[in-house]
Amino acid sequence: MEFPGLFNYWVVIFLMMVGFYALISRGNLVKKVVGLNLFQTSVIIFYVSTGKIVGGTAPILIEDDHGVAGGAAEVLYSNPLPHVLMLTAIVVGVATMAMALALVVRIKETYGTIEDDEIQEQVLADELQEGARP
Amino acid sequence: MRDQIILRIAAKILVGPILLFALYVQFHGDYGPGGGFQAGVIFAAGIILYALVFGLDRARAAIPTSIVTWCGTLGVLIFAGVGVVAMFMGGNFLDYGVLLYDAEHAQHIGILLVEAGVLVTVFGVMVTLFYSFAGRRRSR
Amino acid sequence: MESVVDLALLGLLAVTAFGVLRLRNLVAVVMLMGIYSFLSAALFVVLDAVDVAFTEVAVGAGVSTILALGTLALVGTRQKRHTKSPTIPLLIVLVTGGMLVYGTYDLPRWGQPDNPVHGHVAPEYLEMHVPLAGEEGEVLEVHIPNIVTTVLASYRGYDTLGETTVVFAAMVGVLTLFVGSRRPRRTRGSPADDDGEDGAS
Repeated sequence: MEFPGLFNYWVVIFLMMVGFYALISRGNLVKKVVGLNLFQTSVIIFYVSTGKIVGGTAPILIEDDHGVAGGAAEVLYSNPLPHVLMLTAIVVGVATMAMALALVVRIKETYGTIEDDEIQEQVLADELQEGARP
Repeated sequence: MRDQIILRIAAKILVGPILLFALYVQFHGDYGPGGGFQAGVIFAAGIILYALVFGLDRARAAIPTSIVTWCGTLGVLIFAGVGVVAMFMGGNFLDYGVLLYDAEHAQHIGILLVEAGVLVTVFGVMVTLFYSFAGRRRSR
Repeated sequence: MESVVDLALLGLLAVTAFGVLRLRNLVAVVMLMGIYSFLSAALFVVLDAVDVAFTEVAVGAGVSTILALGTLALVGTRQKRHTKSPTIPLLIVLVTGGMLVYGTYDLPRWGQPDNPVHGHVAPEYLEMHVPLAGEEGEVLEVHIPNIVTTVLASYRGYDTLGETTVVFAAMVGVLTLFVGSRRPRRTRGSPADDDGEDGAS
């Protein structure tokens, strides 16, 4: 097996699991959003890794004065398709992250905290009081 | 940050070139790395830099919230509109080949228009998001 | 050579991600995420994805850091020390990660030109001859050197229209969330203000 082999994929999995761990073990909502962000970036790195060809070059056609100098036959280009998919995914990612952060801001304004367990306590106390009332 | 003279001068010098660079990225996207998404974000970054240094109010006076919100909507309309126009001219949705007399030129024009739509949307959305977050006061 | 740079950058990314997990000062976390974005952009350049790198620098390191800092200004910058035992999350993560690593042994080796992913539509994009659906023998030809732009705007215009719509929808969502009065929830938990009418500040 060539040295890099599957190493790229293993690091991607490590990054993904760090994001996943931050998501499920930390109570702070901002930390959870950051964890999701890590998770998303790891998927992007995975896709871009699959598109790479060792010894290839960026998929921008090399031209001389007479036009395109050779298609894919003469110059080795990396696969452009994952790049296109991930380019849009990054922009959509920041849009959805802004949405998540807006939710966090609203939660802070409503409950006064962004810690998971404190919000749970307040919700629980609310429900108890609702039950006690006629 | 309004009293930091170095920041103010540097920002004043930088904002113009940043906006120009965004347009370069937009129109050079056919020949090198770049395109509507990147150009939109860079354009928004120029406005955001201005707002960070000179204050949100002055940025809002230069580019009002209503305009950026409209931009966010307009870009999607441009994009989908190109597709609908292609349908009216006898092609499929987003089939640029029918837009002009010559299919290859029509492709270029179609891509240019669509990228313009992406630029306008991304610019509008990014600045709107920044205005929303920065304009909110701390709750307690 | 590019494999070496690739490995070095991946190592730095892993260290940065671990730092993000460990730190409890959220401003430092957001700054580390900016560094993480820059590192991954450098990695994308090594992986020949220059357009993705460009986007990652502008979006990941620029706008999203600004938005995250804006959020921290509103919600505070300290993370509470977590008291729960980390055993169960750690177990879940280790099992999931182990299964994923096991799954990678079925993946083709990284960077080989004959991987299945390079065989399907990418050669047609690179030759700029995409067969049109429907009409027999007719091809769609576009002569734009940057293949990524061509695929983004022309061959896969539907995808891009969808993504643009999602970005627009996110703007509508944020505006909807931020509209209206900032009304703290009435603190009914304490018996002192049981009348509850003085909750709004």
